[in-house]
Amino acid sequence: MSETNLHYHYVVPGDDFTRAGLASNAVKKILKQLGIEPETVRKLSISLYEGEINMVIHAGGGEIDVYIDDQKIVAVLVDKGPGIADIGLAMQEGWSTASEQVRGLGFGAGMGLPNMKKYSDELDIQSTVGIGTTVTLTVNIKNN
Amino acid sequence: MSEYFHSVTLDKDACRGCITCVKRCPTEAIRVRDGKAQIIKERCIDCGECIRVCPHHAKHAVTDPLSAIENFKYKVVLPPPSLFGQYKRQEDLELIRAALHELGFDAVYEVAAAAELVSDATRRLLEKGDIKKPVISSACPAVLRLIRIRFPNLLENVLTLSAPMEVAARLAREKAVKETGLASEDIGIVFITPCPAKVTAIKNPMGTEKSDVDLAVSVSEIYPALLAAMNKCAKEGLGPETAQSGRTGLSWGNSGGEAAATFTVRYLAADGIENVINVLEEMEGDRLADQDFVELNACPAGCVGGVLNIENPYVAATRMKQLRNYRPVACNTLDGAEIPDVILWDAEVKPVEALRLDPLPEQSLKMMREIEEIESRLYGLDCGSCGAPSCRALAEDIVLGFSTEDACIYLLKDKVDAVRSSMLSLKIDNRDKSSEKA
Repeated sequence: MSETNLHYHYVVPGDDFTRAGLASNAVKKILKQLGIEPETVRKLSISLYEGEINMVIHAGGGEIDVYIDDQKIVAVLVDKGPGIADIGLAMQEGWSTASEQVRGLGFGAGMGLPNMKKYSDELDIQSTVGIGTTVTLTVNIKNN
Repeated sequence: MSEYFHSVTLDKDACRGCITCVKRCPTEAIRVRDGKAQIIKERCIDCGECIRVCPHHAKHAVTDPLSAIENFKYKVVLPPPSLFGQYKRQEDLELIRAALHELGFDAVYEVAAAAELVSDATRRLLEKGDIKKPVISSACPAVLRLIRIRFPNLLENVLTLSAPMEVAARLAREKAVKETGLASEDIGIVFITPCPAKVTAIKNPMGTEKSDVDLAVSVSEIYPALLAAMNKCAKEGLGPETAQSGRTGLSWGNSGGEAAATFTVRYLAADGIENVINVLEEMEGDRLADQDFVELNACPAGCVGGVLNIENPYVAATRMKQLRNYRPVACNTLDGAEIPDVILWDAEVKPVEALRLDPLPEQSLKMMREIEEIESRLYGLDCGSCGAPSCRALAEDIVLGFSTEDACIYLLKDKVDAVRSSMLSLKIDNRDKSSEKA
């Protein structure tokens, strides 16, 4: 790790929708102060927000580590939730296992993972049913 | 005019150096240094929150005195819709128009009339559909400045139409030149302003190179004289003069009025600067993509909540609602199929990088590391005694070279405590040694 790397750690509480989005908003603010180009900020904040919401809806919360250097932003989202049985299926737009209650709140439209893929440059999902899921998303920084 | 002209200013003698404004500033643009508040020009959006909250009335909006209208041969006044909610039992459009003449104005051009044209143009743009939705209103200059500084991503969603004040000024000038045959510079266009942000929008406009408004007189200054003139007009039966605007234009004075006038059902209207920021955060995260139009007003309840108004915003809003009931839906529409140039922006609004730590990315990263390191040593109480709004802001100020760690009274106390305990231990050691000798 280089001298100038930044590392942030966030805890996402489970089943608390009011607090989901805190990590993505905090990172967004830091990226703006770093002068990162607006489209990159937008991509990261959307993909990270989806990740946070997923943790709340499906996994009872989790932890997020965000690493920033002059090339890229990497967010590692780790939860000890139920795991994803079929990642290919979960990646399809509109596919969701969210409960009726969660859908009633306007979430669970099956766009979480597809949006994370759309708004990141690299997305890696490691999941084991019954153990949990680790999502690593990377957004590259355009240097001008 | 300087790039950072601000209407909001400080009366140094009245400022006690408390941190009320520092804490409430939505862009963290105020610090207390040497016992007085200071505005960081690059960050200020002229929203007027500090004027609203200052317990010592040390914050002011720079406006023009009413007497300045005498510099012009022909004087046209632009009353904003919110002005009509300021007077008890006399929220009468026509009486207010007559009273404005009584104060020395040669002509009255209602901003609400121009607002109806802007609404018409907005509807056409939404119908045509080749603009990025949700469209954000461009009418509130404080919101526009906020977007430019904190949400540059969203500039492409902003409606590229001039605010009703500007449109009214242009049309009023055109009309006056035509009717009087006077040169343009002999005609004074005077806006009665409910807020400092509009003054800044006149002196340092966005979306156009130069404003057509010559003077901005505050509602608070004109209020008593206008009231006296209204009483006189009512008593002597002067005027009245036919009003120019309908419900559509007048409703722009309240939050939600502009949005409702788009005739879409997919709209959102937020007012109050904190609420506005929360909505912009949502928009930046692409979470309002299903909306057509977003109206944002920095002041609570909309322009009626402007900090230079006299009446409570909600009282003014309810009066305006009653007043609108007696008006036609609209009195002004655009002629022809095209949106006229007088309404369109003629200058691009570009982002301002007021939050960026350093122009060099590597340097910014390094500074951010230092900020995190310093912040971890601070107490996290956000007490404001150092003059910054939060411990985080102090850490940023230290790294940017504007403050030092000694500004934190808790760290200073730790330092003093450490010195004191080492002094005490020194004393004890000496005594012990001297007792050994004895």
